[in-house]
Amino acid sequence: MNTPISWIKAYVPELDVKLAEGTQEEKEAAVKAYVDAMTLSGSHAEGYELKNKYIEKVVVGKIEKIEQHPDADKLVVCQVNIGSETIQIVTGAPNVKEGDLVPTVLDGGMVPFHHTKDNKYELVQGGNKITAGALRGVPSAGMMCSACELVRDYSLFKDEDRNADPEAGVYIFPADADVKPGDDVTNALHLNDAVVEYEITSNRVDCFSMIGMARETAVTFRKPFEEPKITVKGNGGDVNDYASVEVLDTDLCKRYCARVVTDIKLAPSPLWMQERLRAQGIRPINNLVDITNYVMEEYGQPMHAFDLDTVAGHKIVVRRAKDGEKFTTLDGIERELDKDVLMICDGEKEIGIAGIMGGENSMVTDSIKNLLFEAACFDGTNIRLSSRRLDMPTDAAGKFVKGLDPNLALTAINRACQLIEELDCGKVVDGVIDIYPEPVKEKVLPFEPEKMNKLLGTDISEQEMLDIFKRLELVYNEAERTLTIPTFRQDLTCVADLAEEVARFTGYDNIPVTLPGSSTVGKLSYEDRICGVLRDTCEANGFSGAMGYSFESPKAFDKLCIPADDKLRQAVTISNPLGEDFSIMRTVTLNGMMTWLSTNYNRRNKAARLYEIANVYLPKALPLTELPEEKLKLTLGCYGAGDFFDLKGVVEELLDKLMITQGVSFAPTAEYSFLHPGRTANINKGKLNLGYIGQVHPEVCDNYDIKADCYVAVLDLATLCMLAREDKKYTSLSKYPAITRDIQLTISQMPTVSSENGSYKLTGTYLGDIEGCIKKQGGNLLEECSLVDEFENRVVYHLSYRSAKETLEAQKVNGIVKDTLLALEKLGIDVSRAWSEELYGPK
Amino acid sequence: MNETLERIKAQALKQIEIASDANSLNDLKVAVLGKKGELTQVLKGMKDVAPEDRPKIGQMVNDARSAIEEKLNKKLEELTKRARSAKLMRETVDVTRPGRRLIQGKRHPNQIALEDLERVFIGMGYEVVSGPEVEYDKYNFELLNIPADHPAKDEQDTFYIQRGKTTEDDILLRTQTSSVQARIMLDAVNPEKERTLPIRVISPGRVFRADEVDATHSPSFHQVEGLVIDKNITMADLKGTLAQFAREFFGEKTKTKFRPHHFPFTEPSAEVDITCFKCGGKGCGVCKGSGWIEILGCGMVRPHVLEMCGIDPEEYSGFAFGIGLERITLLKYEIDDMRLLYENDERFLSQF
Repeated sequence: MNTPISWIKAYVPELDVKLAEGTQEEKEAAVKAYVDAMTLSGSHAEGYELKNKYIEKVVVGKIEKIEQHPDADKLVVCQVNIGSETIQIVTGAPNVKEGDLVPTVLDGGMVPFHHTKDNKYELVQGGNKITAGALRGVPSAGMMCSACELVRDYSLFKDEDRNADPEAGVYIFPADADVKPGDDVTNALHLNDAVVEYEITSNRVDCFSMIGMARETAVTFRKPFEEPKITVKGNGGDVNDYASVEVLDTDLCKRYCARVVTDIKLAPSPLWMQERLRAQGIRPINNLVDITNYVMEEYGQPMHAFDLDTVAGHKIVVRRAKDGEKFTTLDGIERELDKDVLMICDGEKEIGIAGIMGGENSMVTDSIKNLLFEAACFDGTNIRLSSRRLDMPTDAAGKFVKGLDPNLALTAINRACQLIEELDCGKVVDGVIDIYPEPVKEKVLPFEPEKMNKLLGTDISEQEMLDIFKRLELVYNEAERTLTIPTFRQDLTCVADLAEEVARFTGYDNIPVTLPGSSTVGKLSYEDRICGVLRDTCEANGFSGAMGYSFESPKAFDKLCIPADDKLRQAVTISNPLGEDFSIMRTVTLNGMMTWLSTNYNRRNKAARLYEIANVYLPKALPLTELPEEKLKLTLGCYGAGDFFDLKGVVEELLDKLMITQGVSFAPTAEYSFLHPGRTANINKGKLNLGYIGQVHPEVCDNYDIKADCYVAVLDLATLCMLAREDKKYTSLSKYPAITRDIQLTISQMPTVSSENGSYKLTGTYLGDIEGCIKKQGGNLLEECSLVDEFENRVVYHLSYRSAKETLEAQKVNGIVKDTLLALEKLGIDVSRAWSEELYGPK
Repeated sequence: MNETLERIKAQALKQIEIASDANSLNDLKVAVLGKKGELTQVLKGMKDVAPEDRPKIGQMVNDARSAIEEKLNKKLEELTKRARSAKLMRETVDVTRPGRRLIQGKRHPNQIALEDLERVFIGMGYEVVSGPEVEYDKYNFELLNIPADHPAKDEQDTFYIQRGKTTEDDILLRTQTSSVQARIMLDAVNPEKERTLPIRVISPGRVFRADEVDATHSPSFHQVEGLVIDKNITMADLKGTLAQFAREFFGEKTKTKFRPHHFPFTEPSAEVDITCFKCGGKGCGVCKGSGWIEILGCGMVRPHVLEMCGIDPEEYSGFAFGIGLERITLLKYEIDDMRLLYENDERFLSQF
């Protein structure tokens, strides 16, 4: 919402913002003080523009005489009367005529904008300074300037009636402009003003108007608010003899007001009205159009003007359209309607889409004689949905969607008719057609000062509260202790709303600063604590935290080579996604991880190690019958930083940190289509699966354009949380010596994967089985079992046995190792190199 | 005898003099002073010496021994010193060479900001809670005083989820962590749940809005919601709480400014600006010259919202606030493009 301070002052005459005098800094400070005060009382100003910034020594000049420049075809020499004297100015402007009144920059003056070589106008910081000089040898004491050099939105100064194009030359004041030579141009063009841009919140429908912002200003600065006094003289007659209105769908049209104006005389509207419209970014057209636009800006009530002579039967019918019905709006576009769109019709046909746009068939043309004004209150939600379905976000719709006060319609239509009379634009017929079946009632709320003070934590006096409410036009009933809320304040519905009014006009700054009384215990959830441990451990192992999106493209499944019938493809789908790439909620985390690895790889980062803790979304049924299951996953991914076993080491470290160690196994598997069938393991604890680890399938790497081996691991957070322990206990250090043995084993078949009928088969002896066997035989005497050497199919394990209670006898250990070797032999391991007859006896 | 002694002594001292390392000194020590050494031999020949001369000879032997030992020890010390100094010279390294480091990963900047924030609120007695990201309309909108036809629903550009006809309520991607407010309040008054009044929680999490990706927008980002419900909670408490948060999070000198605003589920509502942590309020690039930075929205929970969640507004009141996490992260680290947060380029992540 843009509001010129000058327009606000029309209703708050005592508002004191000094914009005409003083230095640039003083003017800036004056606007800023106004804007800050408004922001602190709840009208958040997003910015402002000081219209006379960098305009100095620019006056109205009258061109008395024009002569050709002696040495230049395109230049003329003008004698310009600037009131106090006549000065000579040389100009290249092609549009000057003797007798024209033009803005004239005197020697030492400045304008804000500069005409660039590529025919644009740009702001010159500090101002575009003009000095006296000579053009081709002829002295020139200043410059006549164009609208483009004075104002930002110069296109609004285009005036077809006067054939005035702002870019065609200097600005020429209209013949009827109330200006004379020597006048300050900032006054003449109403530039001693500032336009403030407010962010209006959706609850304050009333503030989408000058009247509303003026009322806020008046209360903020505690100055009187003077609403326009609306009187329509009228020219006799009875509106009911000219037109009739029937509202069939009253649910969508709370009120419909109509008035008739005859003997229309089209003409340009006065300069002051044009100026105010321009400040709103609205191009003045003619008095009639300008009045409807003016009232819309002033009161926030959209209006529509129909050419009464085109309205069949001079009858207006308000009803829903029919499905599939076609209608051409005044912009010449044919629209297809449906039964939820409200239409304005005449005795025979549709003539406008209610609240959105009029029809081509009833639009006001230059030949208009009689006019029917409409000011109605249409249902905001209906207009919102219709304008969206029709893709017609018009200005009028923008006002209606906020839900207007039905009482505004009558005020606005009378205001428009008053302006018709004041501007001598036509003859207003007496009487208003007003279809208003259920007038809104003013709400009455109890006046509860102690409750308000309790909510705010303040000690504001009753009198002060009542003073604010009075300024806000709430009517206090002392006997009942109630406040009657005017209908334009639909947002005030309870004591909290009233408390806010008190708070914002006494100042949020004046509310004390305290802390809630009772004490509570702050804490993280258990899951958050576990996540913290995981993050620390990932980072200690070189992995950095990543963050990504929860939605992705269904193509991700193809990129990850996930089979067509895989359950992972059952994804929660967004009905209105930003595009296919963000259309489903992920069921697997790897697309994100692979995308990031790919970003790193293709930006030539030598290595990347990332982890992410975030959800997958698993539907219990599709389409959804309830919320999907959100499962938190820890995903690790890397390339260029070691191999499978480096990543496995990190996973082991993570499990160790959570004290998930007993019974953990890495079970070889080829079940994940996106992973290398010979380099993947399920991470299990007993029969429970915690996740998986593996090398990414080379085909998947190709799909993500990564030409390096990638490794990933995915762990389920809920399972980790369930298994994690925090009860660390000390085990005493054994005082007794250890006995060690190194055993060399020969494996006949190393692990390998083979493909049969499209499915993979894993065969061979795994070290995991060997270690399992050693551990089982060693029991709690086995202190260490580590792989210390390997060559081809031979491995060397270093075993260490120790008792916490006694010095182990060599014989006992020999027995254990002997049993271990025999058990290994049963697994198909050749133990002959480990067998010592001296220690274990003959085999 | 005397001569022999003198000769042994002179010879030994000379050899000590020329010895070049500790080993030859040791050999010499054995050869002269050892069990079979020359001087010991002399003592052994004492039996041939007249008894009256023995003390004298004995004394002479001892003198020679001490003289040799003294010289020997001195020399040894000298040689050790020299050897150590030679070793130190050999071992000189270029200390300006880079150190060897274990490569550590880094926390995501958003996560760092979140944990800093959580720490402040935990210190003030807040419990950190969470709620679903895919949510019912009821929790995201309806119970927050945003009814079906409310324009706020449009403003927030909600992502809706395809659902079966059997669900009564729309399912959507939550547009605000405020959805957790309603869940927590309903839990607190539900006797079957563990939670009770009063409530003092923050709820961080992911939220979604249909904004196209650019330098300042993302369809998915994070918020931290705060909710306090208790008897006698006032707007002054809200101001005090957030002022304290701002000081602890952004620095002791940080000032806060509360500007009236509107949210459907709070009344009165406010937006909070803090003095720019970069320039301290003088005006700079970070605060776009204003000296102030908008960081959060807040307000007193609307009585109607309390009612809908089963809490008696005559007895209880409360406040709520919502902080955009990415906004804080971007400001804090002066990151100029939000997309960097989700690209996960190692060169970016390694800076935090």
